[in-house]
Amino acid sequence: MCAICGCGHPETGMHSPEHRHDHDPGAEARRITVEQDILAKNAEFAAGNRQQFAHRGVFALNLLSSPGSGKTTLLARTVQALHGEFPVAVIGGDQYTAHDAERIQAAGAPAVQINTGKGCHLDAHGVGHALERLPLPEGGILFIENVGNLVCPADFDLGEAHKVVVLSVTEGEDKPLKYANLFAAAGLLLLNKMDLLPYVDFDVARCLDYARRVNRDIQILPLSARTGEGLDAWLDWLRQGQRAALRQQVERLERELAAARARLTGSG
Amino acid sequence: MHEFSLCESILETVTEQTRRQGFSRVRRVWLEIGELANVELDALRFAFDVVRRDSMAAEAELEIITLPGRAWCPDCAQPVAVSQPFDPCPGCGGFHWRLTGGNELRIKELEVE
Repeated sequence: MCAICGCGHPETGMHSPEHRHDHDPGAEARRITVEQDILAKNAEFAAGNRQQFAHRGVFALNLLSSPGSGKTTLLARTVQALHGEFPVAVIGGDQYTAHDAERIQAAGAPAVQINTGKGCHLDAHGVGHALERLPLPEGGILFIENVGNLVCPADFDLGEAHKVVVLSVTEGEDKPLKYANLFAAAGLLLLNKMDLLPYVDFDVARCLDYARRVNRDIQILPLSARTGEGLDAWLDWLRQGQRAALRQQVERLERELAAARARLTGSG
Repeated sequence: MHEFSLCESILETVTEQTRRQGFSRVRRVWLEIGELANVELDALRFAFDVVRRDSMAAEAELEIITLPGRAWCPDCAQPVAVSQPFDPCPGCGGFHWRLTGGNELRIKELEVE
């Protein structure tokens, strides 16, 4: 590669007099049409992750919330309840520390932490590398706990089946409007800390109305990770997703098997 | 501040395309950003100023073309204009519309030399 401009010319040293570019200084400006999505690279990595999940029958979820919504407590309880039924694993994203991964491991599931450092969200490339460090929960559920942030993670597909947003009643009921892009992208809203409702001014009906304004298809489950209220509905939702992912894996394998048998018959 | 990540991604694509076509300097980058895209344009411009340093786009101008929010309202059975994700349908006041355009994040064109 040309060391001066990195243009792909085989010469690696200084530009010799013979090494002429059609783009030397003074050359005329030209327009190049690109027409490419800014997030195209992330989309490619996400498609790779999604394919990996499909092949192994993994129901993958991208969990989003503000810091302090009780996401890790909810995950720890969820892992405790489910890890005896099928494989469960967790990828956690935080700027610093592995505290969350330690809490999940204590609850009984393999967990890896991605420290994003300066980053405010997980991206599909980082999740792909985290998958190399984690036994993939074949036929089970992978929870990807995103960085606590209701803005940036909305745009970054990680390859998940659904985005799940956790909102607690100790936050503002108008968050679905304030952070509309994220609520619009989510498939499920978990309204957490319902046990604290008598102590706070939080209008549940208004919050749910706001959420449906930005996303008419969003499913909503109120619960309390601390007391366990409403947890059964959430666990059932997860089991349904896990069964659906497994069914899709079986259907795909059956199609492949039928195709292989047909080839065998054809060649025999 | 995911505008930094977006700009890193923009720079990567811009650099790749410019090199591939045998050019060495980027003069101008045109982006198409939808009115409802999850992006703060001032933050995007600021991030681009930082990210472009020491690259072949170090002096590149950023041109942002804003694309309008467009939706389909099934109750009115017609296309409508929206500018925020929670805008009521301008026809019937409902919220059943579906976005058909306005969340684009696209690199449209480059001027290179």
